[in-house]
Amino acid sequence: MANNELKKVMEVKDLFFTYPGVPEPTLKGNSLSIYENKITALIGPSGCGKSTLLRAMNRIHDLYPGFKYEGEINLFDQQSDKMENILELRKENELIGLRQRIGMIFQKPTPFPMSIYDNVAYGLKLQGIKNKGELDGMVEKALKDAAIWKETKERLKESAMGLSGGQQQRLCIARSVALKPEILLFDEPTSALDPISTGAIEELITELKKEITIAIVTHNMQQASRLSDYTTFMYLGDIIEFNETEKIFLNPDQKLTEDYITGRFG
Amino acid sequence: MHRLLLNKVVLILSTISALIGIGFLFWILITLSCKGIASIHLETFTKDLVEGGIRNLIVGQFMMALIATAVAVPLGVLAGIYLREYGEGSKFASVTRTLSDVMTSAPSIVIGVFVFALLVDPVGSFNGYAGIVALAIMMLPIIIGTTDNMLALVPKELREAGIALGGSKHKIILQIVLKAAKVGVTTGILLSFARIIGETAPLLFTSANNQFFTMDLGDQFPSLTVSIYNLATYPDAESRELAWAASFILTMIVLLINLAGRYFTRNKH
Amino acid sequence: MGGRLFRDFSFFSATLAFFLLIGIFAVLFTYAQESMHTFGFDFLYTEIWEPGEDDEGGIFGGYIPIVGTLMSTLIAMVIATPLAMGIAIFLTEIAHEKIVKPFSVAIELLAAIPSIIYGMWGLFYFAPIVQSLFGGNGVGLLTAGIVLAIMVIPFMAAITRDSMNTTPDVLKESAYAIGATKFEVIKDVIMPYSKGGIIGSIILSLGRALGETMAVAFLVGSVMSVAGRVTDPTTSIPVLLANNFAEAQDLELSSMYFLALILFVVSFIVIASAKIYFLGRKK
Repeated sequence: MANNELKKVMEVKDLFFTYPGVPEPTLKGNSLSIYENKITALIGPSGCGKSTLLRAMNRIHDLYPGFKYEGEINLFDQQSDKMENILELRKENELIGLRQRIGMIFQKPTPFPMSIYDNVAYGLKLQGIKNKGELDGMVEKALKDAAIWKETKERLKESAMGLSGGQQQRLCIARSVALKPEILLFDEPTSALDPISTGAIEELITELKKEITIAIVTHNMQQASRLSDYTTFMYLGDIIEFNETEKIFLNPDQKLTEDYITGRFG
Repeated sequence: MHRLLLNKVVLILSTISALIGIGFLFWILITLSCKGIASIHLETFTKDLVEGGIRNLIVGQFMMALIATAVAVPLGVLAGIYLREYGEGSKFASVTRTLSDVMTSAPSIVIGVFVFALLVDPVGSFNGYAGIVALAIMMLPIIIGTTDNMLALVPKELREAGIALGGSKHKIILQIVLKAAKVGVTTGILLSFARIIGETAPLLFTSANNQFFTMDLGDQFPSLTVSIYNLATYPDAESRELAWAASFILTMIVLLINLAGRYFTRNKH
Repeated sequence: MGGRLFRDFSFFSATLAFFLLIGIFAVLFTYAQESMHTFGFDFLYTEIWEPGEDDEGGIFGGYIPIVGTLMSTLIAMVIATPLAMGIAIFLTEIAHEKIVKPFSVAIELLAAIPSIIYGMWGLFYFAPIVQSLFGGNGVGLLTAGIVLAIMVIPFMAAITRDSMNTTPDVLKESAYAIGATKFEVIKDVIMPYSKGGIIGSIILSLGRALGETMAVAFLVGSVMSVAGRVTDPTTSIPVLLANNFAEAQDLELSSMYFLALILFVVSFIVIASAKIYFLGRKK
């Protein structure tokens, strides 16, 4: 599936990451590329570091001081037309700016204790958007983009806690999408959901990639092969193989990859 | 069989213990109600202590408890927020947490002595402010503890989701985390209010008591609990009766607030 | 930015709590100096409490109130512990699901009743019963100890119950599966598993009982002498403070601070050990 328009929006270079209080790094010199409007999957057995790598991309590890980064994560900046290393960002407002460009969806749906409307508007209000008309429009668009407008338009003022698990997850997606991020990171977004909700989310993710670049961590190989354009196989903190999904699943280069794909371990 | 017999015996004894416990509860409440209701007249609520009523005492006790709450709640909630949201892992936080926890069980009379030394002795007279401070000191550790624990129950993913949207830490704490823990924190406040409104020891030599109706906190301040203590020791029948009336009212207030707090938590979703 | 301010305010509040605790110790220690210097360690076993002529000097010893505190607490713990354990067992292992909630609420209401109410009820209703059963005057060490026990039971029962409930169901089920009786499961699985919490609850309740004032003030007799028999009146540190602190002056007052200091330090050590060693740190 060669694509002439293949553009790198993020590049990870020799990334090492050590959790606080742990002697050995969890990520041992990872390098990979994220291409625009493609879905890149990170797969591998438990403990391989896939979530750790994902969470480095929006600097959410910073919440738990004591960590150590080495290497680079370069993000393409529209305005300056070059790649900038986001690991060098230090100030709080820079990190805030980063997270408005790179959103994250978690394994457990995390609706805030407020109304559906307020949930989606939350990030927008943080950005300083106050005009009600503007907010209304952006909230509606976000809920539509997350394929949940029909189910919620009559209950926008009701608490988000009343939604089902699958609906809550789509709400979280709407919440992130409202900020018009360049990249969306999904950390096992469907593992806490039933098969039908999972299907709906997968469909949604496939739709979203038209406008947004997506990276997804999943322990479900079938999901990775269904959804993604590129797949990264990780094992014990190393990237064993990174390539187009078709190649990884049908004709992997590494024996380890093949063993994982065929279910010999993990 | 030997084992089965032993089993039966233990289970019966345990059930008897529970019945004894409940028995005492009912015994106390029933005697209190009988004696109390018999001692209540309309004047009990319309007259002050100097005239044989308890109006100024109820007002006084509530006033001190409410002001103490107004002081202790912001301090306690903020301290609890610090311990849980900013202080994770720091030695200071864990020591403060333990100290605060220990203080919830500390002798209340000692707190009275402490506040006496600080706010009564230098001033030269008992005063309502001292009583308020003593009550606030008692509430503070309880509120710190409940806030701390309720915040801990909020899943970390909620904080991460807030941060992932570009929120700053203090906004996330106030707008999301505290909100999520709202019910538990409020219940903690309510229950600690119920606790201090029934306290006597911290007031004995801080705000002492006052027979007259007054709103002057610089003066000795009327207290329902301290009055019961004094009235119960007087030999005359009227004082005795008033003590029962006051006891009954106090108990009803405390139990109602307690039940309200529990009812409140039931509707947690 | 607002963030920095908020964080600083929160930190300030937390330090306030910290310094308050230290402040209490410092104040008590300071005001107790006169007495501590005059009497030293002898204070702990001097049985005299006598103001001097014209309130100058005098001899004050803490033995009587200290012993009174310890004895009343001991009596309370001996009575309360088996009953509290029984109630905890009832709530966790015997009671039908539907009864557990109302029973738990009832126990918690018992805990919510103010100390002074226990005093009132104890003085007018319970003391006469103790008198008719055991002799004496009604008010004394025994009455105070028993009512103190009633006050401590709900607290101990609640913590023990919570501790016992942490035992994983699978552990209990495996014991039942090899034919153990309920009592054996309690004795051999639940109790050992929640041992820390149970011991912690006993020690914590002891710490609370030490500082109990109002109920004991009504019931212990407030007499400055050691109780020869268990029904005799005596006094305890909180009671002595409650009754006499306001009028005391000079050396007597300083001695009261000394007693308050002793009570505070001992309670603190007991409660802290319970929390740290047995009940585990709060997460």
